[in-house]
Amino acid sequence: MHDGAVPVLDVRNLKTVFSTRSGEVHAVNSVSFDLRPGELLGVVGESGSGKSVTMMSLLGLLPSPPAEIRGGEVWLGDTDLLTLGEDGLRKVRGREVGFVFQDPMTSLNPVFTVGFQLTEPLRTHLGMSKTRARERAVELLELVGIPDARRRLGDYPHQFSGGMRQRVMIAIALACDPKVLIADEPTTALDVTIQAQILELVKELRQKLGMAIIWITHDLGVIAGIADRVMVMYGGQVAEHGPVRELFANPAHPYTRALLQTMPKIHGARDAKLRVIEGQPPVMGRHPESCPFMARCAHAFDRCARENPTRRDIGAGHDVACHWDHRTGEPVQDLAEVAS
Amino acid sequence: MSGPRPLVEVRDLKMHFPILGGILRRQVGAVKAVDGVSFDIQPGETLGVVGESGCGKSTVGRAVLRLYEATAGSVIIDGEDIAAMPAEKLRRKRPTMQMVFQDPQASLNPRMTVAGIIGEPLDEHTDWPRAKKLERIYELMDAVGLNRDFANRYPHAFSGGQRQRIGIARALALNPKFIVCDEPIAALDVSIQAQVVNLLERLQDEFGLTYLFISHDLSMVRHIADRVAVMYLGKIVEMAPVGVLYDAPRHPYTEALLSAVPEPDPSLEARKDRIVLKGDVPSPANPPKGCNFCTRCPRVMEICRDIDPETVQIAPGHVVACHLVTQHQTTGATGGTEAEHPKHQQGEVL
Ligand SMILES: Nc1ncnc2c1ncn2[C@@H]1O[C@H](COP(=O)(O)OP(=O)(O)OP(=O)(O)O)[C@@H](O)[C@H]1O
Ligand SMILES: Nc1ncnc2c1ncn2[C@@H]1O[C@H](COP(=O)(O)OP(=O)(O)OP(=O)(O)O)[C@@H](O)[C@H]1O
Ligand SMILES: [Mg+2]
Ligand SMILES: [Mg+2]
Repeated sequence: MHDGAVPVLDVRNLKTVFSTRSGEVHAVNSVSFDLRPGELLGVVGESGSGKSVTMMSLLGLLPSPPAEIRGGEVWLGDTDLLTLGEDGLRKVRGREVGFVFQDPMTSLNPVFTVGFQLTEPLRTHLGMSKTRARERAVELLELVGIPDARRRLGDYPHQFSGGMRQRVMIAIALACDPKVLIADEPTTALDVTIQAQILELVKELRQKLGMAIIWITHDLGVIAGIADRVMVMYGGQVAEHGPVRELFANPAHPYTRALLQTMPKIHGARDAKLRVIEGQPPVMGRHPESCPFMARCAHAFDRCARENPTRRDIGAGHDVACHWDHRTGEPVQDLAEVAS
Repeated sequence: MSGPRPLVEVRDLKMHFPILGGILRRQVGAVKAVDGVSFDIQPGETLGVVGESGCGKSTVGRAVLRLYEATAGSVIIDGEDIAAMPAEKLRRKRPTMQMVFQDPQASLNPRMTVAGIIGEPLDEHTDWPRAKKLERIYELMDAVGLNRDFANRYPHAFSGGQRQRIGIARALALNPKFIVCDEPIAALDVSIQAQVVNLLERLQDEFGLTYLFISHDLSMVRHIADRVAVMYLGKIVEMAPVGVLYDAPRHPYTEALLSAVPEPDPSLEARKDRIVLKGDVPSPANPPKGCNFCTRCPRVMEICRDIDPETVQIAPGHVVACHLVTQHQTTGATGGTEAEHPKHQQGEVL
């Protein structure tokens, strides 16, 4: 997209639609992003903005119907995952792409020991023997900081605390040494002190293993601490994207700007009153021709109703999908489009 | 402290849940969910309660409103001892103290209309005619910013933030003085949280409400609270006015908790020297000997594994339960034997 490195993952114009009784939900509406070797891409956005569905779409994890992938390309190396069948995808999942999902359905299975759940992918994907797989499982548990790892292989998930279960999930995701790790809100349910442990672990693992990571969260604080680049989603679309420091220093989308202001701070002056983003999240796909943030936007004008903005480049690897220019405070003049 | 009498006075409150075992289901132990907690709340004040999951925040809130029968201690609200009050008197007192719950979805009856839900306390505690009740319901809907046209809708037709408004309107129905807010924004999206917090603050100003505000969101508590109590494993380890607690915490647990909060500023995050606590919170059924925090404390000393620290007041309104503070104080008073145990300050890390 911007600099030279060949991305490990390149998603172009991904579109996912759910058919429901009350009509179509455009949960992922032409989303494009790439992931470069060794980097951590943070994905933020409010509940329902399409973060999870985007990641599940590219791994082929959504049941169809109701989900339908209506377009796009997902390049992992020189394979377009969207052209693979279920068999091909199964070889990719857990092998080349590891994932930790917020959905309890895809998390740990309560009826199997942690040891079984760790060795299973090693045996099926990598064809390891039982003993080799066990050795590797011990290594993995040690890697994620579980004390007394060998003995704990025989334990069931409920015998671990919430933070430790999340470590085990990360260990499973890392089992086959994937090129890409996708982590969907892996710390949202945890206490801040345990979250801090997991974030430290991820920083350490990145240095050791050098894999590329996509980290989904709704916490801008978490993003600020670990991401290299950030993608802000709103209403199934990419609202804004850029390098982490650039984006926090110069947020360009009215949604990102408002979000940063609604959050109370742990240091500095206390605000008398919190800024709020008025209104409710959008119903996706009801007005595909308009900007999804329009109804809640302080800067909306007539064009926003007529034309859903595409992403435009604003320099320093930063792009925004908005008709309003945060630098001038006026509608955008020229129509420089970002080639994404 | 002098000044007006506190609205809420809690002394040495304990809530131990029995653990039953064996074929005879006899009590074999106790979960010390709340283990000797004391605090006051002044009229119109907000006391924030923070701490990790399972430390006893909700149990304090419930025991204070006598939704649980406390194991020990006293709770005086507006001059009357709640803990010792007979049932009928308690029923009459109920309207003045209310609770707003975490999960707006679960706390609203899905088969009742919004008007029915908000009016339920009126049905229970007043014999007003229908028209008067309806007038009050509309008033309450106005107060929390719900459109009157929604009165006959059911909860499922509302967003999370709107449902929380319904819960708040119901809590306000009988003009309470004191409201326990138990994680009122935890289930809401960030963009909606600010709406609900602003509403709670406006209602406080308008009606002179007193809040016990329970949350694990330390930034939000800093915003809304006047004073903050930090709980760890059933006890208050530190309590102070909000500015003091966030800017100059004295308990190592408070320090660690605050340092763990990620800040939405990449340059601050890069510079931050984070204190990462090792391990998990011990079980309240089996707390460690000595100080409850000794198994995870980065500054643990020998005495901490042996003796539970006293809660001491180190400044007006600032109390701490930690040997570091007590030692410092006593050594200061006796002319300084501080040099005697310099090694212990480093402690060992578990
Ligand atoms: N099976 C489904 N049928 C219909 N709509 C769906 C289905 N699954 C998801 N959606 C819709 O897709 C949109 C995106 O959902 P998604 O789970 O990706 O949000 P998210 O950004 O991950 O939110 P959260 O932060 O709450 O996890 C939502 O509006 C959701 O209601
Ligand atoms: N009714 C009960 N019976 C037995 N144990 C209980 C009961 N209610 C709570 N506990 C235990 O008491 C402790 C404190 O629980 P409490 O719900 O007060 O914690 P909390 O601080 O509110 O946590 P959270 O942040 O997760 O809401 C926990 O260990 C919990 O398991
Ligand atoms: Mg999600
Ligand atoms: Mg609770």
